Amino acid sequence: MMANLVEIRDLKVQARSDAGRKIEIIKGVSFDIAEGEIVALIGESGSGKTTIALTLMGHTRPGCTITGGSVRLAGRDLVAMPEAGRQMLRGTEVAYVPQSAAAAFNPSQRLMDQVIEVAQIHKLMSPEAARAKAVELFRALALPEPETIGTRYPHQVSGGQLQRLSAAMALIGGPKLVIFDEPTTALDVTTQIEVLRAFKSVMKLGGMGGVYVSHDLAVVAQIADRIVVLKGGEVQEEGPVEQILHHARHPYPRELLAAFEPVPYASAARFDTAASKRPILEVRDVVAGYGATGRDGLPAKLALRNVSCQLERGQNLGVIGESGSGKSTLARAIAGLLPPVSGKVLLDAHALAPEARLRDKEELRRLQIVFQLADTALNPQRSVGDIIGRPLTFYHGQKGAVRETQIDALLDMVRLPRAMKHRLPGELSGGQKQRVNLARALAAKPEVILCDEITSALDTVVAAAVIELLKELQRELHLSYVFISHDLSTVQAICDDVMVMYNGAVVERLPAAQLHGGAQHPYSQLLFSSVPKLDTGWLDSVPPRVAAL
Amino acid sequence: MAPMFSKGFLPSPRRFGYHMNAVGLCAAAVVCFWAVVAVVGPMLSPYPPGEIVDFDYYGPMSSTLWMGSDYLGRDIFSRILMGARYTVGISLAAVCLACFSGVVLGMTAAVVGGWLDTGLSRLLDALNSIPSKLFGLVMVAAIGSSIPVLIVLLGVIYTPGAFRFARALAVNINTMDYVTVARARGERTGYLITQEILPNITGPVLADLGLRFVFIVLLLSGLSFLGLGVQPPNADWGSLVRENIGGLPFGAPAVLMPCLAIASLTISVNLLIDNLPVKIRDRSE
Repeated sequence: MMANLVEIRDLKVQARSDAGRKIEIIKGVSFDIAEGEIVALIGESGSGKTTIALTLMGHTRPGCTITGGSVRLAGRDLVAMPEAGRQMLRGTEVAYVPQSAAAAFNPSQRLMDQVIEVAQIHKLMSPEAARAKAVELFRALALPEPETIGTRYPHQVSGGQLQRLSAAMALIGGPKLVIFDEPTTALDVTTQIEVLRAFKSVMKLGGMGGVYVSHDLAVVAQIADRIVVLKGGEVQEEGPVEQILHHARHPYPRELLAAFEPVPYASAARFDTAASKRPILEVRDVVAGYGATGRDGLPAKLALRNVSCQLERGQNLGVIGESGSGKSTLARAIAGLLPPVSGKVLLDAHALAPEARLRDKEELRRLQIVFQLADTALNPQRSVGDIIGRPLTFYHGQKGAVRETQIDALLDMVRLPRAMKHRLPGELSGGQKQRVNLARALAAKPEVILCDEITSALDTVVAAAVIELLKELQRELHLSYVFISHDLSTVQAICDDVMVMYNGAVVERLPAAQLHGGAQHPYSQLLFSSVPKLDTGWLDSVPPRVAAL
Repeated sequence: MAPMFSKGFLPSPRRFGYHMNAVGLCAAAVVCFWAVVAVVGPMLSPYPPGEIVDFDYYGPMSSTLWMGSDYLGRDIFSRILMGARYTVGISLAAVCLACFSGVVLGMTAAVVGGWLDTGLSRLLDALNSIPSKLFGLVMVAAIGSSIPVLIVLLGVIYTPGAFRFARALAVNINTMDYVTVARARGERTGYLITQEILPNITGPVLADLGLRFVFIVLLLSGLSFLGLGVQPPNADWGSLVRENIGGLPFGAPAVLMPCLAIASLTISVNLLIDNLPVKIRDRSE
């Protein structure tokens, strides 16, 4: 009988907080990985999936220690092994593909030198042989120009290519086990599909075992053989992919599955035919861009080319497109953060000044913007109460007790406990931060909220809860949203109309109900067909490069 | 529950929600000691600092003259106690002046940008390009030496550095989304500077203040050593070293003690800013 490649038995990891308190973050986890098998670790943020994946290299993050159990890789226990022994294994037996490839590469070294570094450290082969092997891997990972891509610098390749290069970096030492730590989370759907395809083929070719950490069931369904569902540092359920997808016993995987199914949405105003059809927000032929203004009066890099759209009161407009399509620039142009070169933004049929500083307070109040990353959108040094309270003071002149009551009301509105107003943003979870971010926009009592990818950084279950909240608030406060996203299912879950952007221009507008099947433009079709489905055969069923654009 | 402390961590400031390591605590103790000496020192001195009390010069340590006597037979212990007031006081005033003006100008330049930023940066770069000791020499020679002149002079010399430092930090913070949100809300420059940017750069700015304090102590000591600092019969520690430099071949305590005082203050300030108290984030106990 052949032993398993990895055997984890009763693993316990403890963290020590800066006040000296000890917290058990992994509470006795056991599972196996056979040779050539890919096991997915699924769970929400904080469930311990990355911590477990790191113990497979015998590593824990600073402040954490493995306090019990064993992690056997090819028969050797990594927990009992000295650090020097583990270092020998890293890169040769077990390798790691991080979430953010952009942060994993040194920006000032050529890609090839970084990819073959592992082979040099362990003296596995001569530099020439390593380069030849790297080129082979580039080819296997379907990278363009495999012969010469290694001579480029990290900023000269795209995000998806960089992620595949980091896989090449992991595979160069010929490991038996590869750990993928949410490698496609930061990518948009059209890129994700290519990266997944490359990973799958190279793993199958090499017959390597793998651990795939993710919170996206649909992605995992494509690449993994088995799924381990984690919550609170414990295994909730374990089984083959098909079984988890279709016959999950535990409530948590079911919740994950439920969060995945988009619920078609129609806003209240849709049925209210008597409501005036005057748009609350209108964008007319906006042209905007970055860089110095050229001789033709246009900026060096044009990000919006004659974009027009309108949003009716009480309705929601979805804006989708891949990174670089100009969707965030549109939000910035509407908010007055990037003054357009030409074109107009009208709020309630009244033209707004191009720059935020030239708009009056009342205009600013009615139009609020919520940013993608709550981490950077909240001042880390100010308490939640201060953050939410500032618009109350600024726009409505509220102070003292009135302000405090309003802050409490806003926290109730976004379903956060009132005691949180004394905390700093760093002490909140991702979902809580995004709620604070939203509460700050609501404090202004706006009519239109520009939501710039607000659910992209959240895991599926939390994102679904935020979307639910947005819908409830819309019913209560008669808001209108411009919802910018690259995730089609969230757009579908909340928007009435959807606008597809590509390369700074609007390529298609259609009602959300017709998203599937109704798209005419080849780019929209590519975008819609790239969304992973909860079906293990989906990835293989999609023809490569659905429509060559 | 048994308290768990790792090596080097002392529990004392924990109840205030901060912890500080042993090196930081020692350094803080030395800095506090010199601060107290600067305030009450002259009241404790056994002899008037200007009075000749010993018939011998460069006298050794004894029970009556704790740190020996200087080149005129004056009590060195009394003179160090008095010098602390000049060294600590002038340097502190100068460093506050330099950091306040540097940080305010730096943040304004970063937030407003455009011509103001370019103008201020070039002006202060020009000032920075003049060697500091030479500039000090010329200015003192032209205006004459007095305590207010020294404070303003040292402040001006160290403003460009503080400006550069604060501007670099503020430029990074200025691109954060929360500053963008505040701009989109329509906030004025004053609010952006004081409420959004300043709280996020205080840590590094304090570290910079400590470092700059050390430079100023050394420059003041240097100027005094050249005879352009505090004027006799008063003396800061730098002047004490210069006065008694002749005692160096004899290993006289008169020259060693002021040196030790300068070293202990500057090294402690440096260690303190490297080990500032850290806020404990986990307050769930």
